[in-house]
Amino acid sequence: MTDNINSTKFEPVLLGRLGRPNSASLASYQADGGYSALRKALTMTQTQIVDLVKDSGLRGRGGAGFPTGLKWSFLPQNISGPIYMCINGDESEPGTFNNRILIEEDPHQVLEGIVIGSYATRATTAYFYLRYEYGRCYRTLQKAVDEMYAAGLLGKNILGSDYSLDIHLHRGACAYICGEETGLIESLEGKRAWPRIKPPFPAVEGAFRRPTVVNNVETMACVTHIVNRGAEWFKSIGVPKDPSNPRDAGSYGPKLYCISGHVNKPGLVELPLGVTARELIDQHAGGVWKGRKAKAVVPGGISMGFMSADELDTPLDFAGPGRVGCLGLGTAAVVVIDDHTSMVDVLYNCCRFFAHESCGQCTPCREGTAWSTKILERMRAGRGKIGDIDLLLEISGSIGTMPGTTICGLADGAAWPIKNAIQKFRPELEEYIRSGRKAEAPQLAGAH
Amino acid sequence: MLQTKEAAVIATAKVNDIEVDIGPRENAIQVARKAGVEIPHYCWHEALSVVASCRMCLIEVGETKPDGTIAMGGKLVPACQTPVKHGMVIKTETAKVVTAQAMTLEFLLLNHPLDCSICDQAGECYLQDYTFKFGKAKSRLNEPKIQRIDKYHIGEQIALFTDRCVMCTRCVRFTREISGTAELQVVARGSVEEIDVFPGMPCNNKLAGNVVDLCPVGALCSKDFLYKKRVWWLKSQKSVCPGCSTGCSIEVDQNDNQVYRLRPRANPLAQGHFMCDEGRFGFRYIQDARRLRTPILKTSSTQSPTAESKMNGQQVVSLNGNGQAHSETAKNGVSDLAVIDPWPTVIAAARDKIRSAIKINPSDFAAVLSPMMSVEEAYLLAAYLKGLDARVRLLLGPIPTFGVDDRYPKSASGSAPPSDKAKFTIRAEKCPNRMGVEMILRHFQGASVPFEQATAGSTDIKAWYFVGGYSQGWVTEKIAKAVSHPTLLIVQDIFPSPLSMHADIVLASAAFTEREGSYVNYAGLAQAFQVATRPIGDARADGRILYELTERRGLFNAAVVRKEISEVIPAFRRFASGDLGLNGVRLIDPKETYS
Repeated sequence: MTDNINSTKFEPVLLGRLGRPNSASLASYQADGGYSALRKALTMTQTQIVDLVKDSGLRGRGGAGFPTGLKWSFLPQNISGPIYMCINGDESEPGTFNNRILIEEDPHQVLEGIVIGSYATRATTAYFYLRYEYGRCYRTLQKAVDEMYAAGLLGKNILGSDYSLDIHLHRGACAYICGEETGLIESLEGKRAWPRIKPPFPAVEGAFRRPTVVNNVETMACVTHIVNRGAEWFKSIGVPKDPSNPRDAGSYGPKLYCISGHVNKPGLVELPLGVTARELIDQHAGGVWKGRKAKAVVPGGISMGFMSADELDTPLDFAGPGRVGCLGLGTAAVVVIDDHTSMVDVLYNCCRFFAHESCGQCTPCREGTAWSTKILERMRAGRGKIGDIDLLLEISGSIGTMPGTTICGLADGAAWPIKNAIQKFRPELEEYIRSGRKAEAPQLAGAH
Repeated sequence: MLQTKEAAVIATAKVNDIEVDIGPRENAIQVARKAGVEIPHYCWHEALSVVASCRMCLIEVGETKPDGTIAMGGKLVPACQTPVKHGMVIKTETAKVVTAQAMTLEFLLLNHPLDCSICDQAGECYLQDYTFKFGKAKSRLNEPKIQRIDKYHIGEQIALFTDRCVMCTRCVRFTREISGTAELQVVARGSVEEIDVFPGMPCNNKLAGNVVDLCPVGALCSKDFLYKKRVWWLKSQKSVCPGCSTGCSIEVDQNDNQVYRLRPRANPLAQGHFMCDEGRFGFRYIQDARRLRTPILKTSSTQSPTAESKMNGQQVVSLNGNGQAHSETAKNGVSDLAVIDPWPTVIAAARDKIRSAIKINPSDFAAVLSPMMSVEEAYLLAAYLKGLDARVRLLLGPIPTFGVDDRYPKSASGSAPPSDKAKFTIRAEKCPNRMGVEMILRHFQGASVPFEQATAGSTDIKAWYFVGGYSQGWVTEKIAKAVSHPTLLIVQDIFPSPLSMHADIVLASAAFTEREGSYVNYAGLAQAFQVATRPIGDARADGRILYELTERRGLFNAAVVRKEISEVIPAFRRFASGDLGLNGVRLIDPKETYS
């Protein structure tokens, strides 16, 4: 670990311009040196940029943590016809709001990265898919895009170069599954957002049957800074790869951590990858509220599961949460659950979300998410049975945790909270059942 | 045997340790079938796109390394989505697979209503069959099931029992990819999803009935068949739809001598996998009350069909107004239960009258061979008549034509695809064997001369042998006029008509389910159809009528007649074995065109 992990002194990069007057405007962005990265990138070759991003160790911030440079290199290089870049602004993972802040406060940082990334991948058109609920983001983004066109930063011959790019903003219609890359593509094409079977992968056949790459908003913001400051700078932040593990790709760069739930100061904080949950809560979020203790902490959006109170020293990098049985870092959206909250209620809330959002295409997810929700409803109505816990565990095992069972990863996300809750909080669940306790409102809206 | 890119390597794969040859583009379900292993599946269908959404067909696969060791992938993959390559190892019975199968079935049954006792699909239901083979005997559901409203009027011909649906989306893909009309869609999201149509736009395309076959459970049902018969009472026979010149391969399901439904059977040489609604639901005429149920013989003394006929002092055969024969003794008020077979009398009379007419003037004798006849029947009649006298004329019967060839899938604007892109065509020529009958005529007559052409203007034909067999009225005024005041009129048909009303002899013949034979479709594919039901009343299969008329020995047997045809007519040389197989035999190579 390097000095940069003395994170209270970390100088924000992605949130560096937060609070400046009119921070979202092109004028303000350029006054701060904006679009210098783009100018630089246009003097480089595509291969050079892809290699730069590969060298930087940048991993996608959308939840999967896939190395970005590697993803870009999957696109074909010598084909005719359009290539598309899609930006995943669907941000629907519960607890996550970092993309929203970036778009509302500093959209040009993201857009510059998009143009650079599109140039590097030879994309001819970029589609910015934005969840419908982000109305303010949409208006801000549209203004920013208009400013770019007016300034020759988009459209034909960007900044006088040979490269031309159009960006289209596409609003979703309130479905979590549109955050899945092929669900996003289907929605973009005007169809039901049912994720596609893979192969073919989007890099081969994506939007409108053309090669497509889908990237996260925060990832593209990182691209801007990598081009500006170099790969070595990026790698000096965060957690280097474990030399004894050839599969470890490291956790490099600054990360926006969303922290919400039962804390005194919920919000967004930028820190090097690798901060522990405890430090995040105590030093950046004002500690657990009302003088209480944390019972469980979600490491990166509820799809990742839960960490228990004695797992809070886990570093929140790409490898850490996995070591304590969570699915991964996800979106680094940390949600704190205090010790006055019942895990049954929390689990029910998670199951309800996934049952509501399951696209319904494949049998295990469609039926399994609804079944687990109903079991928890019955539990909360005071009619749970001890055997329900093992049944829930078995359901979670067949909807997602067995690789290959479903078409997309929503089922894995639905399964993990159940798995973790039972693994780490079984006594509490059993006690709830035995007590026959009834929740005030056992069945909440949106549940099936 | 197959050559892959590596020369002289036969591509094989292993299914549960059974080695099988593999084709160039087969998925694991198709390859497993070759090994006799049925991988359960719902959403996959040979004629539709792959969605791999039901997750029922999950298997484990691996590859054979060059050194012979097997490396399994370790995770489950859908068999329908797995193209099988040389050396692939497919395992369908590992612990992971068995667990996944059982769980998938348990998931499907969660919200499935316990409708078996009232559901049409019982007995041919994938959910029943797979649950029995791969599922769990006990339910662990302690929650309320999702209840859904049935959509009885989702289509004119089809009803949707919404709560039985397993969301395989075969029906949705069918209306998008095959009919192109895209009426059926999925609405809502997640476990409350349903199949539905846009309000006011029901599923009424002409291929709609196929979704009933495609539906693996009893969600989509045919209103025509609904609640009529339990499928385990039905016996199936392989047949060919006589509705148009496409000649779809079908199965005829009957019980107790009544046809209950027709279903398409897959035939890559014929139509593919489907059939149109016209053919599917157009079999009620077979049981129609108006059918000719007995042969009729008019005497020369009176024109009335109720006249008695005395023949050499034998039992008098009298015919009442319904054309039913009854014996003389019944008139004395004593009911006589003895059944008198009218056929020998009628056939003998027909034979005599034909010979006399031909003797008088052979060129004034014409037989009109309907395109509803089978190849064998047309051959028997043509050979017999030409054998009596080569100057007898053979004509091609009226070709019922309605509209134009209807090609599918339709585009978004409703227009038909070009013929090379069509996946299904309902042809305008509403008869199954014009091709076959014309081939017979060309051999015996030298050319196929349509009846209309021969009778345009005036004609000197005075003696007629008409064969009908159409499912609807076919005798137009023109036809009736051309056949006015004949010296002899013999009609072999299934329904009464203006011709049969004035005929000297009416031979009550059989519908397609009541006889066996072969049809040659528009593309020159000859397919055999089998007997499924006994002829109605006292009607007889045309082949049997003609055997007796022509005094052949033994019983009519289509295969035997085909062998004979292959020796007599070169165009039918591929009939030599008599057996046309399940898919039929091409008489014309695809490269040749049919004009």
